[in-house]
Amino acid sequence: MIKSLIYSISLHSIMILLTVLSLPFMLREPIDLPPIVSVELIQISDKTNIPYAPKARKIIEDTKKKEEERIVSEQAPPAAKAKEKPDRIPLPDEKKEEKKILKKKQNPEEVKPQIRQSSEFEKKEIVDANQIAALIDKAKEVEAIKEKENNKITQSTKKNSFASGLTLSEEDALRAQIFGCWSVPLGLPYDQNLLVRIKLQLKQDGTIMNSEILDHERMNRPGQKFYKVLAESALRAVRLCQPLKVPPTGYDKWKDLQLNFNPTEMLKG
Amino acid sequence: MKKILLIFLFYFFFTKSSYALIEVDITRGNLDPLPIAVSPLHVDIKSEQFKEFKVKELGEKISKIIEINFKNTGLFNPLKKDAFVQKPDIAHLKPRFEDWRLIKAQALVTGKLLIKDEKLKVEFRLWDLTAAQEMTALAFTTTPSNWRRVAHIISDKIYERLTGEEGYFDTRIIYVAESGPKNQRIKKLAIMDQDGFNTKYLTLGNELVLTPRFNPTNQMVTYMSYFRNMPRVYLLDIETGNQEVVGNFPGMTFAPRFSPNGKKIIMSFAKDGNSDIFTMNLETRLVERITEHSSIDTSPSFSPDGKFIAFNSDRSGLQQIYVMRSDGSNVKRITFGKGIYGTPVWSPRGDLIAFTKMHKGRFYIGVMRTDGTGERLLTENYYQEAPSWSPNGRVLVFYRETKAGEKGEGFSAKLWSIDITGYNERRLSTKTDASDPSWSSLLSK
Repeated sequence: MIKSLIYSISLHSIMILLTVLSLPFMLREPIDLPPIVSVELIQISDKTNIPYAPKARKIIEDTKKKEEERIVSEQAPPAAKAKEKPDRIPLPDEKKEEKKILKKKQNPEEVKPQIRQSSEFEKKEIVDANQIAALIDKAKEVEAIKEKENNKITQSTKKNSFASGLTLSEEDALRAQIFGCWSVPLGLPYDQNLLVRIKLQLKQDGTIMNSEILDHERMNRPGQKFYKVLAESALRAVRLCQPLKVPPTGYDKWKDLQLNFNPTEMLKG
Repeated sequence: MKKILLIFLFYFFFTKSSYALIEVDITRGNLDPLPIAVSPLHVDIKSEQFKEFKVKELGEKISKIIEINFKNTGLFNPLKKDAFVQKPDIAHLKPRFEDWRLIKAQALVTGKLLIKDEKLKVEFRLWDLTAAQEMTALAFTTTPSNWRRVAHIISDKIYERLTGEEGYFDTRIIYVAESGPKNQRIKKLAIMDQDGFNTKYLTLGNELVLTPRFNPTNQMVTYMSYFRNMPRVYLLDIETGNQEVVGNFPGMTFAPRFSPNGKKIIMSFAKDGNSDIFTMNLETRLVERITEHSSIDTSPSFSPDGKFIAFNSDRSGLQQIYVMRSDGSNVKRITFGKGIYGTPVWSPRGDLIAFTKMHKGRFYIGVMRTDGTGERLLTENYYQEAPSWSPNGRVLVFYRETKAGEKGEGFSAKLWSIDITGYNERRLSTKTDASDPSWSSLLSK
């Protein structure tokens, strides 16, 4: 009698437990999350090697802490940061070439450790600076070839011009300036190739001497009417923005500048 | 000597290769309205007088219509005319670009008009002020009473040139004009220009009318009418005023819509508490059954290529949106969210479906991709429904009712528009209360 009672109680309790766990109304409703606000965090410290002044460093660290506390910045996609970094791992073949590059001193950003004075804070990075720069150079070359082969823009074509003339902060300043000037035409078909490449010749004060749309002939192709609208809007942006925010030095490096306008991501989002 | 030459060559090679071309990717821009100056059209002094209006004021009036059209898009910011420094006649010949740039304009519209031999000739030019060059120039000749349409056509041309997509200004909206207290509403079919002008009534209001829809050529309208208390789908020729019943169905037909080629009407037919979707070919008068299910299938809408049909059905219990092939095969449910979904309408671009959603007593107008993903609710209110697409697929028009008091006071129904980004919600001006809007395609196409 007692045995069967125990069986009954235990089996019943299992049934109750299973019901409680599996019934849908027992489940908690998912929280309605507010729409994600995208905040682009750009860290220039890793790239530009600017040693922080103690005071500035403190302020930056404080703001970082504050930002980490905010939910919004946690949700912000880290993609923007990742894109800026050259995360390409060299293949064995490329490593050989990389050494050659170092010997020939083709890399303009080469750092001479014995001359340069630096703090403890910087030293770790100096060791790798040449290699990184060389890798970026190499990555750029390969990408350029790829782009010629199939003239399709993808995420991976994001370039880093740090090795070739502008530091990331200089490039960001220029980019931010043009973002503000460019009124993107909203009727563009975002499933088409929307890359407009504009080559500029600049004067020393950042004004434009000459501008040229690189895929000019595409404007008059049938079914590419939108491309003309897009190219014109990009040209308008550049003209509106002048003088462009270029670095005060190194004119030889940036007197010829290519801007690649592509609103695909923006229109899709 | 050879060594020096080698060093020189090496140096030359080195300097050349080290300064590779800097490339900067620009992947974002601003979405601020484009500042545009619309100069009043210059009236040619040779113009004759015209009995219907003052010719002198016509240039100003046309430019005003263009300005209002642009402002309503939310994509342009027409600048105030007080700031204009150049006279219309000179600006039309050769604008002083630096003067216009001073007031921060990026584009300029100038024009000229002439009335001669009872014909109105209007020409306009669009100037890119930053590049200091003409972007487009066109001339139109028409009867003078058509001057509002000319203004709309010019607006369309400029819009297309600056945004890369077709405009939607030279269009009409058909709707149900409502008047009277809530329990005794008089409903008439009405048609107006998209800016609310030139309203005409197509029926007298003796019987209840609902859901008017244009055919692709904008000459015919299909709608549902309670003529002699028999709710049926009718066909109306706007030009001649001829009306006829669509099909000989032994019961109620409703929710009609034309196929993209205008040759068929798709609608619901209800009998014994069950409703299914049927098409009728207007040439052969052949009726074809599309769905056969014990549930209520209604609100069918063709995709622009005519290959698919979106409709709503309560076959899963609650009313949801489904997509099937145009022959009725391959039915797929596409909405799985909370709430009730209805009135699916396929975008003229083919990429989105607009819908009405009801959830927790609130009504939403939204859009989603044709597979049901990417649902975006654009606007929420006490009661609103029946979205209809502008011909370029950028704007939706729908109607919104306010909550009535106990005796039906404070009740109103108005037309509203919103663009697919969810911004720029605007009320359309109508002479009376209005519901069930349907946007025509471009008249001048």
